[in-house]
Order: sequence, then C-alpha cells, then structure tokens
Amino acid sequence: MIGAMLSEAWMAMWANRLRTILTMLGMVIGVGAVILMLAVGQGAQQQVQASIASMGSNLFIILSGSTTSGGVRMGGGAIPTLTVADAQSMEELHSVAAVAPSSPGTAQLVYGPNNWSTQIIGTTPSYLQVRDWRLAAGSPFTDSDIRSATRVALLGQTVAQNLFNDEDPVNKTIRIKNSPYVVLGVLAAKGQSLDGRDQDDTVLVPVTTAQRKLFGTQFAGTVRFIMAQAESAEAMPGVEKSINELLRQRHRIREGADNDFSVRNLTAMANTAAETAKVMSLMLGAIASISLLVGGIGIMNIMLVSVTERTREIGIRMAIGARGKDILLQFLLEAIIISVIGCLIGVLLGVGGAYAVSSTTGMAVVVTLNSIITAFVVAAAVGIFFGWYPARKASMLRPIDALRFQ
Amino acid sequence: MTDPVIRIEQLYKEYLTDAGTVPVLRDLTVTVMPGEFVAIMGPSGSGKSTFMNILGCLDVSTSGNYFLNGRDVRHQSRDELARLRNEVIGFVFQGFNLLPRANLEDNVALPLIYRGISRSERLLQANVMLEKVGLGKYHRSRPNQISGGQQQRVAIARALVNQPKLLLADEPTGNLDMRTSKEIMALFSELNQRDGITIVLITHEADIAAYANRLVRLADGRIIYDGPVEHAAAEHLESTS
Repeated sequence: MIGAMLSEAWMAMWANRLRTILTMLGMVIGVGAVILMLAVGQGAQQQVQASIASMGSNLFIILSGSTTSGGVRMGGGAIPTLTVADAQSMEELHSVAAVAPSSPGTAQLVYGPNNWSTQIIGTTPSYLQVRDWRLAAGSPFTDSDIRSATRVALLGQTVAQNLFNDEDPVNKTIRIKNSPYVVLGVLAAKGQSLDGRDQDDTVLVPVTTAQRKLFGTQFAGTVRFIMAQAESAEAMPGVEKSINELLRQRHRIREGADNDFSVRNLTAMANTAAETAKVMSLMLGAIASISLLVGGIGIMNIMLVSVTERTREIGIRMAIGARGKDILLQFLLEAIIISVIGCLIGVLLGVGGAYAVSSTTGMAVVVTLNSIITAFVVAAAVGIFFGWYPARKASMLRPIDALRFQ
Repeated sequence: MTDPVIRIEQLYKEYLTDAGTVPVLRDLTVTVMPGEFVAIMGPSGSGKSTFMNILGCLDVSTSGNYFLNGRDVRHQSRDELARLRNEVIGFVFQGFNLLPRANLEDNVALPLIYRGISRSERLLQANVMLEKVGLGKYHRSRPNQISGGQQQRVAIARALVNQPKLLLADEPTGNLDMRTSKEIMALFSELNQRDGITIVLITHEADIAAYANRLVRLADGRIIYDGPVEHAAAEHLESTS
C-alpha cells in the first residue's frame, strides 16, 4: 500500500518537475543554512572552549590591589603587596589544590645567532599544575631550584621555535640579560588565550631567580599576582572567601578598610565567554531556522495549489474507492518526499558550505552528527506540519463535489 | 430467492439553496435484481444524475432507505462508503475520468491499490481486464494517445477490475460518435449477458436505452415509467419528452 502510494506520489511530482524542484529549493536552502550556521556557531564555541581548557580549571587570580600613598591613589597592581609567603600560606587552605606566585617581566633571549623578546614569568613548579600545562620535552624545575634561585628556564613553543628552529633546546644554554640559563624543558603548545594572545610565547623561570637575578624587586619577596586552583568547581565560592580572609589577616587590614588585593574568578569569566559563544551559536541557528520555516510555507503553498489543481483526480480516486485517509496519505507523502529529498541535498550543501567557509576564511567550523540529525528531523517535521493542512483539505473533499470540479 | 442488488424505498432528496429547499427526487421506490440491465432515462433536470450519485454512494439521500447488496447505505461512515464504492460498484463516466499521467494498465489497476493488493497482482489483473475490452496491446500507452472510444473501454476495464456486483454508467456514450457508441453498448450487453453483471445506465438517447432490458423513466424527480424496454415504447417516450 505504502509502496503504491510512494510511486503515485513520485509520479505526481515527476509530472510537475519544475514546481517540485522549486519547492524543494526552499527546503534545501533552509536546511543548508541551518547546518552551515550551526557549524560556524559550534566552531566558535569549540574555539572558546579550547581556550578555556588551555587556561586551566577552577582558577583564581589574585592581583595586588589599589593603594593610597600620601593621598595619591594607585591603580590595581601598581604596588606589589603580595608575596611568595602569601602564596605559601594559601596552599594550606582547605580545598586549594595548588598555588603559583607569578612575577612576570619582559627580556631579550639569545641563543647563538638568534634572539627573541618575550614574556618571562618567575613562578613555582605548581604553575604547571595550576595552568594544566604539560611539558613537550625535558623536565620541570623543582623546589630546590626555587630555593637556590638557579638559572634554569622552561620555554614555550613559540620561543623554542624562534630561538632553536628545529634544534632540540633541552639542556642547551641560552642567555637572558647576558646571564646563561639552562633550558630544562619545552612546554606543550597551548594556542591562543581567550583574549587572543599567544600563550606559547612565554618562558618560565623559578620565581626566586626572577626576583633576585633577572628583574629585581622594590620589595623583597613580592610578586605581581598569584594563581590559585580550587579542588573543584563547587569549592570555588568557599575558596574565594577563605583567600580573602587569609590575605586580609596577613596584610593586617582593619575591619572596614579596603582590600589591598583583589581576587578574580577566572573560571567564571571564562564561563561567561563560553555562554556568549553558545548564545551566538543559538542565534545563528535560530535565524537559519526562519529560512526553514519559509521553506515549509513554500511546501504548503504548492501543496494547496496542487490539491486544487487535482481536485478532479481526487474525485475519481474517491469514486473508485479511495478513503479519506488514502488521499491524505498520498498528499502527505508528497510533502514529506519533497522535504526529505530537499533536506538531503541541504545537508550536502550545508556541510560542503561549512568546509568551503573554513578553507576560505580559516574560521573554525564543526559539523556534528547531532546538528545534521536535528536539521533532518526538523525538516521532516516541517514537511508533515505544512503538508498536513493541504492533505487534510484534499481528504475532506466530498467525492461528488470533487468529481464535478472542472 | 436471491437478494436484490439495489433496493430503494421512498427515497427523497432535497437540496438546500438560498431560496429554500428544492426537492430533486421524490418518493422513489426501485428494486434491481442481479443480472438486470436497467436504463434510466429522463430529460435534464429530471434528477437522474442526482439519482445516479446516490446509487453510486457518492451522495446520500435526505430520507428513505437504500440497500446496496443488502447493506444499509444511509448508516455507513465515509470510509465504509468508500469501501462499498471500491468493492461493490464499478463506475463508468461520460468524460471517461482516466488519470492522464498514468498509463492504461496503471489506470485500470487503480481501484486495486485501495484494496491493498500487491503491484504484480494488480498489473496482472489489470492486463486481464484490458485484454477483455480488447486493448491488451496498448497497456503502456497513455490515455491521450488513444481514441475516445478506447478510453471508455479502459474506463470499463477499470470499473470491472474489482469484480463489482453493479456497474453504474453515467451517459457512457455522451462523448462518443454513433459507431463507437454502438461498440461500447455492445460491450455492455456482452458483459450483462455473458458475465451476468448487473448494469444501471443513465442516458437520454432512446437507442442507447434500447440495449437494456428494463427502462426506468424519471420526470421532475418521480418515476413515471418502470417496465420492459420495447422499441415502440422507447420511441413513444422519446417523442413525448
């Protein structure tokens, strides 16, 4: 029965080839647009998520805050108030996984004929844990390097590339500010950060080396910022509170006075960015869905014309024994065939378009099976939904009226 | 005693118009037994087309009883009526009413689709019927490639493919010339006499009605004559109408 209905529907569509193709085009464009837009949106989302993952998870950054000195107010970070000792005592707090004091600066690196200017971060071995950063080669520096402020360095991928080209940097000696440093290892590639900086363009040295030998500090033992990692996302509010309490106590800040530091929840900020990307992806999908809707209305339009045009045929079919539901099924099948074939072509076009966009603009696109299935199901639903009314109209015709129709 | 194919008792049909109800059929009582060949005649507006539509379960009466093959038609759902049309009745129309897109065998096989019969079986039966009306070799042609008389033969094949109890023909020769009309009527006679198919035929031509063995004459919605067809009688009625 269905087989016969299918071939009947096919025959009717074949008889009106041009019209069928034009109707299909509406679905093709709709589905193609949905898939393309979802691919672009999800690509952007994935890029943001990759950046977030590269940042490290459950992360706080503690910056030295504003200070007032002789009536002159200084902005955040202007005067270093945080110390390595602050970081060490934070490690003791409940639910804190790791703490890394950081003292950044910029310097010129030299190796043989090559030189490169980059950001150098003085920090502790826990920095690698906090940032969830692995080594591509070599080994990290240790606590004993911190204690004795040895001249050792870990190179980011970009730095290693620029100084060593294809040479293996491990155990080679580079010069920073004319002092020799042994390269202990090379960091794994991390790519861009959320704000678009190259995270691999960096060098890590022991925090004590940075403070005493490389940059020197106004106040002994101070660092610019401390990164702290909570054990879990759930523990973050509690950790934030206890860091605040600890630092106020250590810095002897009186009740009611402003903090001389600030604690920022990096993960919350990252989640906001991820949320934004998700909303953008949804918006793109929603806009594309409108074209799918328009395609559906196109199907309904054509099916209504088709029902009117074929009223007499409907009458003949009813006279020789077609029931209302047979007629309904016949017209519904036509609508579904149009939308399903349109959808298939749309999927091909959408996927092809997505790869074309990614290869011409370099934009990240992600075509997921999920988005294809979604587009497919929606298209079939649109076909049924918009095919239903005309098909029902046809099935409700009185045979006598349909037969008399000229 | 065998059951009648058609039993109609005190059947009325009225149409609702803006001017009020217009009676079209009044107090019709007719019984058609299996194997009969009945011609229904009447001038335009006599209600014969409305009568035909009611007989064919395409329309329902306002009051009165209609038993088709023993089934009470007035109390059937739309789907049940469709089933009756499919299984009990074969239609032949004045305008042939073939599907122009489909070839002849598909046209003839069409009623079988709604019985859920497989494609191979459908085509087999369709070709048997096409053979029977003498068009076997044209089974792949389309309706617009053959003559009017041939199209009507295809329509008859389609009407017969479900082995109906009753063949209803609404002015089947109205669009045909004299010679083709005679051929079509000869085919009807043969189906009636050789295969015993009950035929009810509407016409306004006396020489077409003459092929039947019983004549029912309608005028102004009433039966004014119901009896054997005789040449003289037919001619007499023709001249008075």
